Amino acid sequence: MPNMDPRRQQMPVQAPDKRICNYDEVALGYTPEQAAAEAQRCLNCRNMPCVSGCPVQVQIPAFIRLLASGDTEGAYRKIIETNALPAVCGRVCPQESQCEKLCVRGIKGEPVAIGRLERYVADMHSAGLRDALKAPEKIDKPAAAVVGSGPAGLACAGELVRRGWRVTVFEALHQAGGVLVYGIPEFRLPKSIVRREIDALKAQGVEIRTNVVIGRSITVDELLEQGYDAVFLGTGAGLPKFMGIPGEGAIGVFSANEFLTRVNLMHAAQADSDTPVQRGHRVAVVGGGNVAMDAARCARRLGADVTIVYRRTRTELPARAEEVEHAMEEGIVFRFLTNPTEVLRDENGAACGLRCLRMELGEPDASGRRRPVEIPGSEHDIEADCVIMALGTSPNPLIRDTTKGLETQRWGGIITEEETGKTSRESVYAGGDAVTGAATVILAMGAGRQAARAIDEAYHARMEKNNAND
Amino acid sequence: MNQILEKSHLNENVARMVIDAPLIAAKAEPGQFVILRVREEGERIPLTVAGFDRERGTVTIIYQIVGATTRLLDQLEQGDEILDFVGPLGRATATEGLQRVAVIGGGVGCAIAYPVVKKLHDQGTWVDTVIGFRSSGLAILDDEFSADSSRLFRVSDDGTYGEKGLVTDILRRLLENREQYDEVIAIGPLPMMKFVSLLTKQFGIKTVVSMNPIMIDGTGMCGCCRLTVGGKMRFACIDGPDFDGHEVDFDEAIARSSAYRAQERLADEHVCNLLKGGC
Repeated sequence: MPNMDPRRQQMPVQAPDKRICNYDEVALGYTPEQAAAEAQRCLNCRNMPCVSGCPVQVQIPAFIRLLASGDTEGAYRKIIETNALPAVCGRVCPQESQCEKLCVRGIKGEPVAIGRLERYVADMHSAGLRDALKAPEKIDKPAAAVVGSGPAGLACAGELVRRGWRVTVFEALHQAGGVLVYGIPEFRLPKSIVRREIDALKAQGVEIRTNVVIGRSITVDELLEQGYDAVFLGTGAGLPKFMGIPGEGAIGVFSANEFLTRVNLMHAAQADSDTPVQRGHRVAVVGGGNVAMDAARCARRLGADVTIVYRRTRTELPARAEEVEHAMEEGIVFRFLTNPTEVLRDENGAACGLRCLRMELGEPDASGRRRPVEIPGSEHDIEADCVIMALGTSPNPLIRDTTKGLETQRWGGIITEEETGKTSRESVYAGGDAVTGAATVILAMGAGRQAARAIDEAYHARMEKNNAND
Repeated sequence: MNQILEKSHLNENVARMVIDAPLIAAKAEPGQFVILRVREEGERIPLTVAGFDRERGTVTIIYQIVGATTRLLDQLEQGDEILDFVGPLGRATATEGLQRVAVIGGGVGCAIAYPVVKKLHDQGTWVDTVIGFRSSGLAILDDEFSADSSRLFRVSDDGTYGEKGLVTDILRRLLENREQYDEVIAIGPLPMMKFVSLLTKQFGIKTVVSMNPIMIDGTGMCGCCRLTVGGKMRFACIDGPDFDGHEVDFDEAIARSSAYRAQERLADEHVCNLLKGGC
């Protein structure tokens, strides 16, 4: 009999007053008893609505059934059939708008906590230190180059190596992981988990070359000339946006990327790190996405009073619900319906405040959300010695500027065939934020995996044609 | 990792290293830069390429000891390896079609000015070079500049190296003598580049400056290196580092360059203590 409790198992968390003084993970993970009880809430629906909400089609009822029967390792194997990074996705996917949104249990209660179960299964697997995934039986296919070691690139590399390809991943930074290491903070996604997932790929034979900037150190054309049979571009959307308001050049104004990179990748909060970060007294974070929450919560841990300034209301916040709740618990103040018009500066050119207008919601805009409209005469100032702009990012121009014939959208995204990730250039594929603009880890992984399949299928098609001609 | 093949000091505070870096050497052009890191938990710092040898696969860097990371870098010797060394980054200095150019170098900025002078000279451009240092003990690359400049003008704050004065004094004299230049290229401290740009603006001569703001990734990701150029936000790492000197908001750039001065001083003191002996 399934467990018919309408409520899901509560996630144990670090207490807010304690966690704002450390960078340890906030959500602690289910106990075995909790995981068993939660797994039994799954009705094992025949038509599996949850799976259709998952960008990589994790076989959700199947893995939960294995977990409920006590076969945690079997559940892990089931998940990784389609998802190379379960420990990451269990933590950072917006499940409430994907799989869990479609869960039948959600109609009369809370949906099954699919993400938490995925995380549990992945964590149990690595805690057991089971025989690591071995290299595939044979690597008998050509070499493929994967550009970027973020979610799209890692998923693509994982799928290619499983299919017998020789895979090299090129990473511009000194450490692999992309946004998983420079963007998402330790307290939401411990870096040891990212490292473990990357080590698993290496164990399967994926080569990772850090400190190589494709488009500068080597161009895409040179990769093809060097004999890579296919190139996958998973370069993300790294270029930060600013508002274009006066004062954004002031000291103390950061893009969320810069602030998070200093704290996450460069460990600026640690005593032994050489990279500094400004420890503001009053920090204003502009934006309402996951990145805004991450920046705000990092600033809080650096000791600041933090205000999130967002031009719409709580309902429209694009961040994961859990991150918003955690931010509020940590004492972060939200100023909704507020939009900055200027960064105020002191005589040294340092930020000292944010001039804002109040907004009200008008008619729905292209995104379907009600458009915020300025209220005349509502100008007011918010005190802030540090301002973090978390307004989204756009694709990096390095590759499109150095790859002839690679077609891109006017806003910079690489144009691809949706099913395959094929670009306008022969043998060049792309996926993730580089194609869609800033989106989620799991969508990028889905695109990486899809492109890997397309690369493999194109190879087989070519081989068959050659054989037919022989 | 990238091995240090040669190391020599150009003066008490400035040293040159030749680094084994075939990937970068194959592509590097004057004006581009590398980013390096010397230890785990070390910071990423940009250094402009001071030379390269495509056949040997080497890149030359010249650095002045100004803080923790350059001090740690200077602890490395021939045979040691640099932990992270990535590039070439940024856009190359545009030299095509230039007939007559004045290159102005100030202090350790001369390390970056030299490859530009050499490239111009090698392509047959007339190059008047003006280099300035605080005093003769700090002068670098005199032989190199002599060899590759059409005319070389030396100047120092105290008169111990060439004339006494500022690079702008020499440049003003040249311009007042109706020397014609397609372009002036200025590479040095921010105030020097600012005053060169103010001067050339009066004479209506296009001026290119090489900006060196604080950077982290160097690939367009963090936005730390942003500048205001012609009223628009530009990133030095991918749009530059060369910009039109008449359009750069130097006062903002000068303020931004001091953002971490206090922390930088503390970090440097910390390294000095670690290295004992003091600095």
